[in-house]
Amino acid sequence: MPGLGTSFGRGGATTFLQDLANADCILIEGSNMAEAHPVGFQWVMEAKRRGATVIHVDPRFTRTSAVSDLHVPIRAGSDIAFLGGLVNHVLSNDLDFREYVVAYTNAANIIDEDFRDTEDLDGLFSGFDPETGQYDPATWRYDPPDDAGAADRQEDAELEASEDSTRSGEAHKESHEAAESESHGSGGAPVSWKGRRDETLQDPRCVFQILKRHFARYTPEMVQEVCGIEPAQFRQVADALTRNSGRERTTAFCYAVGWTHHSVGAQMIRTSAILQLLLGNIGRPGGGILALRGHASIQGSTDIPTLFNILPGYLPMPNAAQHQTLDEWVADDEGKAGFWGNIRSYAVSLLKSYWGDAATADNDFCFDYLPRITGDHSTYTTVKAMIEGGCKGYFLVGENPAVGSANGKMQRLGMANLDWLVVRDLQMIESATFWKDGPEIETGELVTEEIATEVFFLPAASHVEKAGSFTQTQRMLQWRDKAVEPPGECRSELQFYYDLGNRIREKLAGSTDEMDRPLLDLAWDYPVDEHGDPDGQAVLREINGTGPDGVALSAYTELKQDGSTACGCWIYCGVYADEVNRARRRRPHWEQDWVAAEWGWVWPANRRQLYNRASAAPDGTPWSERKAYMSWDAEQQTWVGPDVPDFVPDRAPDFVPEEGAQGPDAIGGQDPFVMQTDGKAWLFAPLGLADGPMPTHYEPPESPVHNPLHAQQNNPSRRKLDHRTNPINPSWSEVFPYVFTTYRLTEHHTAGGMSRTLPYLTELQPEPFCEVSPRLAAERGLTHGEWVTIVTARTAIEARVLVTDRLRSLRLGDRFVEQVGIPYHWGRNGITQGDSANDLVNVTMDPNVYIQDKVGTCDIRPGRRPRGPALTAYVDDYRRRAGVDMEHPEDGGADR
Amino acid sequence: MAEADGNRTRLTGWPGHDGFEDRARHQTGNASACNLAGAATERFGRVACGYLTHVLANLSWPLLRQVTGPDRLGRGHAARSQRSEHLQPRTVEADRVVDSVCPFCAVGCAQKVFVKDEKVIQIEGNPASPISRGRLCPKGSASKQLVTSPTRETTVRYRRPYATDWEDLDLDTAVDMIADRVIRTRKQFWEWQEDGPDGPQRTRRTLGIASLGGATLDNEENYLMKKLYTAMGAIQIENQARI
Repeated sequence: MPGLGTSFGRGGATTFLQDLANADCILIEGSNMAEAHPVGFQWVMEAKRRGATVIHVDPRFTRTSAVSDLHVPIRAGSDIAFLGGLVNHVLSNDLDFREYVVAYTNAANIIDEDFRDTEDLDGLFSGFDPETGQYDPATWRYDPPDDAGAADRQEDAELEASEDSTRSGEAHKESHEAAESESHGSGGAPVSWKGRRDETLQDPRCVFQILKRHFARYTPEMVQEVCGIEPAQFRQVADALTRNSGRERTTAFCYAVGWTHHSVGAQMIRTSAILQLLLGNIGRPGGGILALRGHASIQGSTDIPTLFNILPGYLPMPNAAQHQTLDEWVADDEGKAGFWGNIRSYAVSLLKSYWGDAATADNDFCFDYLPRITGDHSTYTTVKAMIEGGCKGYFLVGENPAVGSANGKMQRLGMANLDWLVVRDLQMIESATFWKDGPEIETGELVTEEIATEVFFLPAASHVEKAGSFTQTQRMLQWRDKAVEPPGECRSELQFYYDLGNRIREKLAGSTDEMDRPLLDLAWDYPVDEHGDPDGQAVLREINGTGPDGVALSAYTELKQDGSTACGCWIYCGVYADEVNRARRRRPHWEQDWVAAEWGWVWPANRRQLYNRASAAPDGTPWSERKAYMSWDAEQQTWVGPDVPDFVPDRAPDFVPEEGAQGPDAIGGQDPFVMQTDGKAWLFAPLGLADGPMPTHYEPPESPVHNPLHAQQNNPSRRKLDHRTNPINPSWSEVFPYVFTTYRLTEHHTAGGMSRTLPYLTELQPEPFCEVSPRLAAERGLTHGEWVTIVTARTAIEARVLVTDRLRSLRLGDRFVEQVGIPYHWGRNGITQGDSANDLVNVTMDPNVYIQDKVGTCDIRPGRRPRGPALTAYVDDYRRRAGVDMEHPEDGGADR
Repeated sequence: MAEADGNRTRLTGWPGHDGFEDRARHQTGNASACNLAGAATERFGRVACGYLTHVLANLSWPLLRQVTGPDRLGRGHAARSQRSEHLQPRTVEADRVVDSVCPFCAVGCAQKVFVKDEKVIQIEGNPASPISRGRLCPKGSASKQLVTSPTRETTVRYRRPYATDWEDLDLDTAVDMIADRVIRTRKQFWEWQEDGPDGPQRTRRTLGIASLGGATLDNEENYLMKKLYTAMGAIQIENQARI
């Protein structure tokens, strides 16, 4: 998500599924869309029917590949090298959409003279601190503008004077310790100025030239050496993309967790953003980057987050080192160009929604009631704290980490060391029963009678037994009505949490302890039905926000910083405009144009295509008739087209902001990226990312391959989890010679609680399996359909093996690399049962978002795995033979 | 036939489709039967041809109707029988139809939930959706089983520390016990400040309580969860979006 957020200003898909039909070419990479998003895939097929070229880049040949024009097998985790090769192809052959690039991106910006590239420092950018493994981005910034105002110069002088002190360097490190990149979900990183630009793109320090040098070594031959892709096939892809981009044609990209689940995940997405910007494909019909989320409301649960580092609308959680007052909290972003510059209005309105009348100007609107973060409090770090006794109470709400999270053993050991655990689900999932039938009970590592955890299993209401909204993959809120009452003691989360809040507040009523004030002053009053279930529409209305007259607001531009408005999530403001639940709109598509603006509601402001100002040339006319979308109507002095303009509606293309303008007033007529603090899309990210301003290929934390580009093997700022339960296979190990990657099947859903329990689905996919190439099968003596054991330094699991050409042996230089594909849906409960693939996966995380890397190395052998304590001994033997350093288990030895 | 096929392509999937099949059968059905029977003509003579044509046209075997009639895919009229003509879908008996959305992946396919006697009797795709256009994948199509599954837990289960099995607990008691535990653990791990590089810094939080979940929950539920946790001072609040 910060991959998109730092590039464009918002961390959501830039386009929508139906618009794929307008694409002339679709590149699907990091996604098996036909199997994981089958119904959405109809729009790819629609594009193909209209003549589009469809390309699938994936380690496995799947049903997506089967209907694509081209399947490109790739080594799992090497996507930056491939995409970087395409960037190099575009830049070295002058195939970029120059007018778009100059006008709408930061290609022309001049970067600080002290900036050094990975090409200069053998895999590191300037500013790296090897002690902490973190970057200081001071040298990545824009050169100040020639006409920098006095305030800018003053700020610059202060920055120079403080020389790497709090303002830039330390603050950046602390921010990234707290995964602050994610707060760019709807608002880019705050740069000090728009900066000096050379629109001829000739200055050697301009972004365009830096980018050109950075990717110069990503040649087709290098792509082959890293990814195993033949140069001829690479050229086919390059030609298809460049032929189908420009004024007359557009190319769309689709990705899913095949990109996000890597220790360089954000940078994989960044590389695709750079490529799509160079080709001029963002903000235009049939273009864009479609992030395919994996769950009904993944997008919604980051917009209105249950995440440690952000509050609703991507407002950052306050950080103790930087934010002790409301002023400090909003200081970095307030007044910067674009709509994010109004952050104070959004922040104050949220505090008003939380604490109502108790929040006043005199008390900083209860800012002090917000708990502060001091670093990484993400799920994996929290699980480690559980094992070590630092966290004792745990709520699992529709989650099954014993199966669904990386390194399942860590998860179960953490849960076994709690005081209490609350599990809310539809079915009896593995995370609720680990204490009596988990794998560690079988091996003797845990003993039921010694586990002190008190477990509450509370049955949950299903999606038809409660009313509420999901936000799906294209940022669309769709309301569900309640069909029936939940059975027995099943309840919605809305009812459970409302009830829990009421009881806690009753029990604490009368407390004079200052620590209880935020609970007692909380605005916690919702209408309930006869069963005690709160009215979801009342909550949605609070999320939408209300004005001083108590009436629902229509747009976030109405939010005020004086406390006269309340709004629970500023980017959702408008979903309840005119007191109408717009997420509930169901106007059939045959009664609307293809954009279908009256079905559901899309954030922000019901815009379907983001950055759609870029669908017109700088002068406001369409780039071409064929790709017309939004354009400037000089007569009416407004932007017109089938969508809501993602721009100030009456801002003319030739508008130049006044000196010193702030917020939306500072958006120029040719600045389509209205959430960026400079109005431009970022080919080079001077701020906002923890691991560099540009993507660089690094090997996954576990890899059989030496990084051919740099001596630096792995992402130097990747986040390691140092614990004995999380040993990393040494890189280049002959004991773990194969690559594995996990994936999902059409017929099952994530950790299986919603699919392994259903007869239809278990009949369709009845047991766990893995797939390997015929060459690997011959090498290890594996027989199609028989049992095999897959082992890593974490544990060993068993599955049936599918020997198939769907997995290709990849030739990298003079060697072959073999890959094992493993669906991850299984656990020990449900109708169909089996070992969990996630037990194999290590926890090494992307430094921006703390998401694990789903790629690792393994061994695979014929036959079933050992049972009981013999399993532990078997894995111990592997660790010993591979030389896993259990004193420093977290880095695989490649850093030393 | 070519013309009829052309018409069918245009009409497939729209209301009136079946009516078209009927019309087409009247126009072309007998001619097709005659063509098929053409091979037999030389052997059995004109009389036989006339008889066979008559027999074929009046036989009601679905396969024959499929190969002789316009419904060559056997998805329309050809597949019907006297019995199937009188069958009704479950959905007809529904007391009400409720708009919903598939709870699995993030495409967000629109569903119609058919309810009879306060029970879900069917869940189908909603053709009005501009995104899904009525389609559901295997998971979405199985969502009636998801909500009516006999293995769903419908009562609270409780495991005491060190216990080897579940026991029963009523919901009200359970929520009350959980509230007590939240208050206790919150206080036990309460932290007003933490040492920072420049001395102590205010944190006002508890590190004792964590939460994981949300990606299959409603926006409204996530909102209340984050609001309550934040007021508790609990910060280790996470969901599937990071996993």
